[in-house]
Amino acid sequence: MSVAPARAPRDIAAPGGGGVGDSALRPDGVLKVRGEFAYSSDLWIDGMLWGATLRSPHPRAKILSIDTSEALAHPGVWTVLTHEDVPGRKHFGVDHTWDQPVLAFDEVRHQGEPIALVAADHPETARRALEKIRIEYEVLEPLTDARRAAFDPAYPRVQPRGNVARHQPVRVGDVDAARELAEVVVSGEFQVGMQDQAFLGPESGLAIPAEDGGVDLYVATQWMHNDLEQIGPCLGLAEDKIRMTLSGVGGAFGGREDLSMQIHAAMLALRTGKPVKIVYNRYESFFGHVHRHPAQMRYEYGATKDGRIVYADVEIILDGGAYTSSTKNVVGNAASLAVGPYVIPNVRIDAYGVYTNNPPCGAMRGFGAVQACFAFESMMDRLADACGLDPVTVRQVNAAAEGSALATGQIIWAPLPMAEMLQTARELPMPAPADTGDLRDLPGGVSQTTHGEGVRRGVGYGVGLKNICFSEGYDDYSTARVRLEVIGGEPVAMVHTAAAEVGQGLVTLEAQIARTELGVRRVVIQPADNRVGDAGSSSASRQSYMTGGAVMTACQAVREGMAALAAARFGHARDDLSFTGDKVVSESAGVLGTIAELLGDAVIEETREYHHRPTTGMDPVTGRGDSHAQLALCVHRAVVDVDVDLGLVKVVELAAVQDVGRILNRVALEGQIHGGSAQGLGLAVMEEIVVENGRVRNPSFTDYLIPTILDMPPMRLEILENADPRAPYGLRGAGEPSTLSSTPAIVAAIRDATGLALTRVPVRPEHITGSS
Amino acid sequence: MRVGFTVNGREETADDVWEGESLLYVLRERMGLPGSKNACEQGECGSCTVLLDGVPVCSCLVAAGQAEGRRVRTVEGLAEGDRQAPIQEAFVECGAVQCGFCTPGLLVQAHDLIERVPRPSDADIREALAGNLCRCTGYEKILAAVRLAANRRAENP
Repeated sequence: MSVAPARAPRDIAAPGGGGVGDSALRPDGVLKVRGEFAYSSDLWIDGMLWGATLRSPHPRAKILSIDTSEALAHPGVWTVLTHEDVPGRKHFGVDHTWDQPVLAFDEVRHQGEPIALVAADHPETARRALEKIRIEYEVLEPLTDARRAAFDPAYPRVQPRGNVARHQPVRVGDVDAARELAEVVVSGEFQVGMQDQAFLGPESGLAIPAEDGGVDLYVATQWMHNDLEQIGPCLGLAEDKIRMTLSGVGGAFGGREDLSMQIHAAMLALRTGKPVKIVYNRYESFFGHVHRHPAQMRYEYGATKDGRIVYADVEIILDGGAYTSSTKNVVGNAASLAVGPYVIPNVRIDAYGVYTNNPPCGAMRGFGAVQACFAFESMMDRLADACGLDPVTVRQVNAAAEGSALATGQIIWAPLPMAEMLQTARELPMPAPADTGDLRDLPGGVSQTTHGEGVRRGVGYGVGLKNICFSEGYDDYSTARVRLEVIGGEPVAMVHTAAAEVGQGLVTLEAQIARTELGVRRVVIQPADNRVGDAGSSSASRQSYMTGGAVMTACQAVREGMAALAAARFGHARDDLSFTGDKVVSESAGVLGTIAELLGDAVIEETREYHHRPTTGMDPVTGRGDSHAQLALCVHRAVVDVDVDLGLVKVVELAAVQDVGRILNRVALEGQIHGGSAQGLGLAVMEEIVVENGRVRNPSFTDYLIPTILDMPPMRLEILENADPRAPYGLRGAGEPSTLSSTPAIVAAIRDATGLALTRVPVRPEHITGSS
Repeated sequence: MRVGFTVNGREETADDVWEGESLLYVLRERMGLPGSKNACEQGECGSCTVLLDGVPVCSCLVAAGQAEGRRVRTVEGLAEGDRQAPIQEAFVECGAVQCGFCTPGLLVQAHDLIERVPRPSDADIREALAGNLCRCTGYEKILAAVRLAANRRAENP
């Protein structure tokens, strides 16, 4: 083993108190506000080198030759590595896809694809050495047309196995026959631009070579064990030679599901025998992770005059870029949730994920459901217009509820009070009219573009339905180890998991669960690492459910051990005993003693896996299947002011109604709904990676805009608690649903203000003024 | 080159500084103060905000040499020993911290605001923090934290 870095993750004592349901404070909050929390880019160890990555400037090219000799001769450079230096398997890929080269050889398939690595004594030295690597390319015309990739057999192949990563149909009833029944037909073509996760902490980490020939990796990731499954074979190392520790993660939102610098830093460290740190800058970060799939969607709905939908005919094309990443699962979500939480008797859905030479796309918050939600909610508004109904009523007429079937045939066996939630959203008080006396209240703000003239207000609604946890038959589980012992005279619960705290507050919840289940006040959260079993990914809004469930069951096992001790010591039946406030309590006789006295020198440690109920795959022809473990709903109402002359939008208020099953920590939960709504707002009106002929045109925060505090309106939240009886504490995953529904709500509000069709997000000023 | 300045009340020097290094780099990598964050390194996100002679700046846009002989205060200098500054306490209490990567810059900027403006309106807070990106919170809890810290400060000046 090697020495730990001087700045590294450490045990965190959860302060204060608070069990399940309390707004307990973040255990890492004080470290974070003091600037002492060790993020992956903060790691530091004596003698470390800096790694840097040479990336392809071309979206598609053959690599004819690579000459590293000049770079290697550059003073301060320790090594330069190419694909020839990859010790093991040459490809990696999240979820066992294995199609992405660790370092490109023969061909590059997207702009920014990694080709070579440098380790040097200073980051600037490393960057300069990159410029001295000579690569001869034969530049090829990039294949960027996702529709042709899906349907044109003559279109050249990006991947030898073909250009369609997955086609998932869903078939219900008879759409052609149902056309005869339709009194009203509405249709539309919708597009969603490529969104970036734009987490603020750049991809970064530290690799330290170990004496046993292995490597210690300190990285920011969403799923340590899936990283490990890829890193091990590529390094040619057994998994026990790779010791991973989660370092501070500066946000994730799906963008850290795929590997970035992990294998690269380890290769450099193993080659040089020195610790190597890699930190991307923002420009590189735009090329260093996958993005949200851009989508082209064609929808047609037929309905009776009263607004009841009789059929839906849907085609969704998702552009995954050159490698598979999460595309197959994104297609599964888009297909199964293509018409959202609406009951439609006849459905024909075809969802495609394709390969192109556009930037690679994979996981981002909302994961395939976001794109479809924008389209189907836009369709609901078109249907409302066509039937002369208001947008809330048309949604209520077609709303799913507990007992309804999704398009896949899956029955919703938990509360889904959608019609009531829409009613709640409609009846919330409206914000006051804009104060034309304060420019900051108006679209354009202090740019003084208007004093109220040309400004029109609009209101819109959106409903999002998101699957929670992994779907389609995946054996989804998490693992937790809980240890109870007396430290300093007090009982302390140590919680150890491999689950990634990415900002969502999982560590807070783990401490709350330990307090509730064990009746102790002091809880210590150990750094997440791979010395404990797989926790699955911090994605799919699943960690409260899965790792929360694992911590709960591990704590319950520890409590059983404590109860056995107490029953023997005090001569009470186990079911008469409980533990609270560090004390052993008998229902019949009151406080019997302290947990500390009971435990003495004893240590009780238990490890448990938690699995959610099994799901099934989707039938490859009909899409039928019980494919989702849990479903969660969010309803948004958006109010906007639009300067119709200049095309500027100010979102005045966002109201959200979300059913979370059970509130575990209100403050943290509200933060999730706020943050998800903000990312949906970004997609609605500003965020897009602009790609031209396979090249990213705006890889910076100067040109890729995310919402600032001036862009975000006040938010009004109504949180419901209709418990899901199958989930721990009745909870429902809450991280993603608001990301789905805020986008269509905002666009609907802009349509309401302008009367425009607006079929593409983000909506740009020129779409409103008609000048594009 | 050698660069020296006062950081959080202490005289610090760094040797062998390359002329292209930013104040942010020298603080983080040469002075052991990684609290100021490197989210964009192009002056767009505010995560690296420090006070330079009392004025908030993006330390990624300040060449290290420009700080020579001046006073720098970073997020690590807001607390007094174990006692967090009111703005730090308020961020923790209100849930204004999620991933926390934007937090140091927001704290320095918000601290500056409540020192200058006793009871800032929401519009004042939004204007003051408009240069600080946060990707997690949607800013609602950040507004709540700044209001709380400002009110506490106004009540106990």
